[in-house]
Amino acid sequence: MTPPAQAAAEREALAPMPLIAGHPTDAQLNTELLAPIFSPNETWKKLVGLAAMGSGMLVIGLTVTIARGIGMWGNNQPVGWAYDIINFVWWIGIGHAGTLISAILLLFQQKWRTSINRFAEAMTIFAVMQAAMFPLVHTGRPWFAIYWLFPYPNTMGIWPNFKSPLIWDVFAVSTYFTISLLFWYLGLIPDLATLRDTATKRTQRIAYGIFALGWKGSSRHWQHYRIGYLILAGISTPLVLSVHSIVSFDFAVSQLPGWHTTIFPPYFVAGAVFGGFAMVLTLIIPARKVFRFNNVITDRHLENMAKVMLVTSMIVSYGYLMENFMAWYSANPYESYLFFVTRPFGHYAAIYWIMLFCNVIVPQTFWWKKARTSVAWLWIASILVGIGMWAERFVIIVISLYRDFLPSSWGLYAPTWVDWFIFGGTISFFSLLFLLFLRFVPSVALAEVKELNHEMQHEKAHAAGGHP
Amino acid sequence: MSALFKPSANFIARFSLVAVASVLGGGLLGLWGYFRTPYAQGLQEEIVQPVLFDHRHHVVDDLIDCRYCHFNVERGASAGVPSTEMCLNCHSQIWNKSPKLEPVRRSYFTGAPIEWNRVHQLPDFTYFNHSIHVGKGIGCATCHGRVDEMAAITKVASLQMSWCLACHRNPAPNLRPKDQITSMTWQPPADPAAAQLLASDLMKSYDVNSRVSCTTCHR
Repeated sequence: MTPPAQAAAEREALAPMPLIAGHPTDAQLNTELLAPIFSPNETWKKLVGLAAMGSGMLVIGLTVTIARGIGMWGNNQPVGWAYDIINFVWWIGIGHAGTLISAILLLFQQKWRTSINRFAEAMTIFAVMQAAMFPLVHTGRPWFAIYWLFPYPNTMGIWPNFKSPLIWDVFAVSTYFTISLLFWYLGLIPDLATLRDTATKRTQRIAYGIFALGWKGSSRHWQHYRIGYLILAGISTPLVLSVHSIVSFDFAVSQLPGWHTTIFPPYFVAGAVFGGFAMVLTLIIPARKVFRFNNVITDRHLENMAKVMLVTSMIVSYGYLMENFMAWYSANPYESYLFFVTRPFGHYAAIYWIMLFCNVIVPQTFWWKKARTSVAWLWIASILVGIGMWAERFVIIVISLYRDFLPSSWGLYAPTWVDWFIFGGTISFFSLLFLLFLRFVPSVALAEVKELNHEMQHEKAHAAGGHP
Repeated sequence: MSALFKPSANFIARFSLVAVASVLGGGLLGLWGYFRTPYAQGLQEEIVQPVLFDHRHHVVDDLIDCRYCHFNVERGASAGVPSTEMCLNCHSQIWNKSPKLEPVRRSYFTGAPIEWNRVHQLPDFTYFNHSIHVGKGIGCATCHGRVDEMAAITKVASLQMSWCLACHRNPAPNLRPKDQITSMTWQPPADPAAAQLLASDLMKSYDVNSRVSCTTCHR
């Protein structure tokens, strides 16, 4: 073999799996990626029915809570926060993968974000919606929450307590939701225009046409679009770090063992990205199977996500390690009691060990390429991580609260059926929103995939020396 | 294929953006303004009572001290609405045949209290005590206005929290000597320096402090 040909062969052997399999044309990509919108899918219908029924649980749970009060929940002194805040933190954390993929990976020009960013952004928005429900409802009288939460020139002559992380939370979450929604929608506009132009039914064309905002794909439009997209990416980037840092302040600013920890912000952010990527995998693996998106969401995408999970899992594990180290090093009896007695051997020890198994041990398998490319294992592992991250919030919240400083104030916590209905209901409602998204909106960023496709073919032509 | 949208669609799209923004913005501004109107605050509203009781006559013509009827104001949380027997202290002797006092006599003989309509209603989550305010030198007229000029009692203060807090944050300008508590006409000295001197004197001698902790009023 001639040296250049040999080098090319070696490069080929080391090259990762392609981001887009085959050499699809734009028309093929259109047909393939818009298929879920134009041709009904039986599996999808069954799943929607299931998710809609599950969402009924949410309606029941919320109705009972609002009609009878939050006494219907299991939390009571000393465990004043339980499922409401566990689920809030869990859901809000899940959203972070979406923002990381869409904003940070965009700024770092990571091409593998292209096929999955739309999924991840939709997941972010729907997850934040579930999350926002919990703090609102846990106020007991959510119709008053507006004046409890937002600073506005009121007739009470007071402002919310700006020194409280709870008000920072309000700003963090509402900013996060607004920016994520705008970012998602802006990215959708060219694809909505494609839908408007490919749809055959007039109602569909008008509906998509309204949301496409008159997009014509002119270079002026594209120029504005790119500027807007980059600006929103720039605004979103700090949000990836700030939102969950602020959520962690809800705990870290207090003085409870297991909460009062300086490592909380970075450890929460890593945990959020970790849990979020797990959720992306949990959703994307079945979705690409049902809608046959295998050639744009390749095993390379899944593998990259597994790598991100491995890294973030190790940051989280470091967080666990440091918490325990500080408990020992501080020689504070309450800290030691929490970390060396209550957590590992207390009433909820099983949940603590589940957390360690799912968040620390399971992702360690991702050191092996075999584990990273086994779709079945990735799916199982992603669900385990989802459980592990939920368990982590349970450990932080309930285990720190149920053993108060005074043994006379000790008490146990158990969720009621309403807690379970609301939790299960949010999972179902999230799934319902996600399924509707898959059916009515291009779930893969069509314009971006086409662009990447052209770029890749262009590069290939260069490499082969065929390009003039 | 004909065009999907007419050129007017551009106008409709822009107009609806402006419309949504103005409806939302206008609505919020409207609410902001509404709660600052006398109407929303229930001011200047003459409340009809079961008996045509006229404070002007009793205060100005008869020179009856507020505390004769509102006997509890220096001791209790409530100023005290006088019982029918209290009315009869005088009205068993004077105007005892007046048809206008028929409901009072009926109440006396049947034992059923007169159902006065409440004018100043604080929500139940607010703790309020008349005695501490009177005891620290807040006059009746400061909150209730010129009762001696009211045919029917009307609210003159919004009773909104910002109104409470305005005084709780800076009580000095609203203090008066205790012997002037029920005076309807007392005014602080016209000279600002003298007024300030009196205010700081009263702050000290009545031990008045700014009280703005949540639990002062929400216990």
